[in-house]
Amino acid sequence: MATMRYQQAIRLAMTEEMERDPNVYILGEEVGQYQGTYRVTEGMLQKFGPERVVDTPISEIGIAGMATGSAMVGLRPVAEFMTWSFALEAMDQLVNHAAKITYMSGGRIQCPVVFRGPAGVGTQLSAQHSQSMESWYAHTPGFKVVMPAFPDDAKGLLKTAIRENNPVIFMEHAGLYGVQGDVPDDTEFLVPFGQAKIRREGTHCTLVAYSRGVHICLKAAEALAKEGIECEVVDLRTLVPLDTETILTSVRKTHHAVVMHEEWKNVGFGAELSARIHEGAFDDLDAPVERVGGADVPMPYAKNLERAAIPTDADVIAAVKKTLA
Amino acid sequence: MANTTIERSTEGDIQHSDLLDAYRLMLLIRRLEESVYKAFHEAKIGGYLHRYDGMEALVAGIIPQLNFPGDYVLSTYRDHAHALAVGTPAREIMAELMGRATGCAAGKGGSMHLTDPERGFLGGDGIVGGPVPISLGVGYALKYRKQGGVCVCYFGDGAMNQGGVHESLNMVGLYKVPVLYVLENNKYAMGTSVERSTSQPDFVLKAKAHGIDGELVDGMDVLKVREAASRALKHIRETGEAYFLEITCYRYVGHGIGDDNTKAWKTYRDENEVDEWRQRDPIANLYRYLEENNLITREQSDKMDEEIKAEVAEAVRFADESPEPPLDSLYENVYS
Repeated sequence: MATMRYQQAIRLAMTEEMERDPNVYILGEEVGQYQGTYRVTEGMLQKFGPERVVDTPISEIGIAGMATGSAMVGLRPVAEFMTWSFALEAMDQLVNHAAKITYMSGGRIQCPVVFRGPAGVGTQLSAQHSQSMESWYAHTPGFKVVMPAFPDDAKGLLKTAIRENNPVIFMEHAGLYGVQGDVPDDTEFLVPFGQAKIRREGTHCTLVAYSRGVHICLKAAEALAKEGIECEVVDLRTLVPLDTETILTSVRKTHHAVVMHEEWKNVGFGAELSARIHEGAFDDLDAPVERVGGADVPMPYAKNLERAAIPTDADVIAAVKKTLA
Repeated sequence: MANTTIERSTEGDIQHSDLLDAYRLMLLIRRLEESVYKAFHEAKIGGYLHRYDGMEALVAGIIPQLNFPGDYVLSTYRDHAHALAVGTPAREIMAELMGRATGCAAGKGGSMHLTDPERGFLGGDGIVGGPVPISLGVGYALKYRKQGGVCVCYFGDGAMNQGGVHESLNMVGLYKVPVLYVLENNKYAMGTSVERSTSQPDFVLKAKAHGIDGELVDGMDVLKVREAASRALKHIRETGEAYFLEITCYRYVGHGIGDDNTKAWKTYRDENEVDEWRQRDPIANLYRYLEENNLITREQSDKMDEEIKAEVAEAVRFADESPEPPLDSLYENVYS
């Protein structure tokens, strides 16, 4: 076990997998010589050379196609988008190619590719760089969608993603890159997909979140505990596959639920979570599920407006109190 | 347009048997497409349908020169010919078109997504320009593995106006990966002519702008296609660098089922133009060459044609009699 940052854990996962499997290579903008826009790939070019750490032009369609095509014939590319906002450029290669090739070929072609990079909102990056769009991918059959909240999961989930025989959307959070945590040294430390983790036990209300939302919910739970309200925090870790059972088990215990994310509330992933809870545990609910999400606006620049657009622990606390009222 | 005859081969190492094989393949493609058209109008085939009639030389002059396994082919939505050329049995193609379990993509893909990876065919692609970014990846994998192999990527004149094509060609030129690009310039992107869509219609120049060498080839003459491809493949195998063939050709029929009658395609092209190109038919051209060189007789050609028609009829029978995919396969293959 070693203490390291979320960003280092991601690098460690890629490094271990590249050492294990010569078919794994990484590509993306500034991943090599520049050492990574967020320094995630720092030192990897020096370690693995330019064939396995490929600096690309600013060409997201090219990046996505290169990764997808090479995966179709057996390589295991890990493609970095400098941010997930830029992946919008590549949406056809992602959705119409990577996600569908296995189905369209009747299962005859596999596509073991990982698309990764920072998502999430904040730091006054404004409308085109500050947004979270996980629902776009979770909505598309063929993708697995992973959003780790802690360094150990970042390592274990990324290693699983690289060994996965399907396209994986691996969304990191730029605001979590500096978060420290204990990370197992074991090179076979793999976190399976589709298994949520209870981050805090509680009896009054279930909080369902992922990525930075887990940290926000834990903060809210801590504050609520001081008022005698015990929240159970479920960290989904993967959106697809979704561990519905762990959510429902918790809700059957607490009889209340708040779902939370940073992406836009309208048609956001919380709507799916809410629907699944209502479908699966309606009789156990004492109140409707509450949703906390980002304001349905393009992200504003001004500090005060941005603050108002991003969900906080105060929003979660208000939602918990509403559902318990 | 003059009625051209095929010039004698002056370079390359084309064998007589190769020419007869090319003739047979082109006939098979033509007969299959005719049969597919009939089956579509009998409501046995759904979706879109894009025929290759008139463009057969682009496939017959190139794909038989590839080695499988090792080489790869990527195509567009006009992909029946490519599947036939890699050796996918006509019956599996017809079954796929009819949405049967025995189809080459288990009934999941249909006309635009014929797939046969064991024979090197990574599929048709329903998105204009879509295969080009994929070809960059396939080419990169071939370079990465250092075991040889070439990826042949077909795409059309319309695709040359897609942004992703230029992103990818730039990267192919930059990384120097072994891809042969075959631009099927049939003059029309659906109903929009090159003149109406393309500010710089010199496609080879555009490839060169991305650091990829290339040349213009007459696609109504399978010998010329074969020679150019032979040289291009040799160049790619020796240098590891991509090459670009812009091959002029013509589709006799409409873009797809939406303009499959004369009235529909007359909105964007003249009947005389179609007739002129039909006078240069690549199959008839090759027949004349073979006959003049005593490589085939009319009787032999007719016999070959009858065999092909029987093969296609058998494919239709096979597809007709094949079961639909089981309903419980609906959720299979979303993930590997």
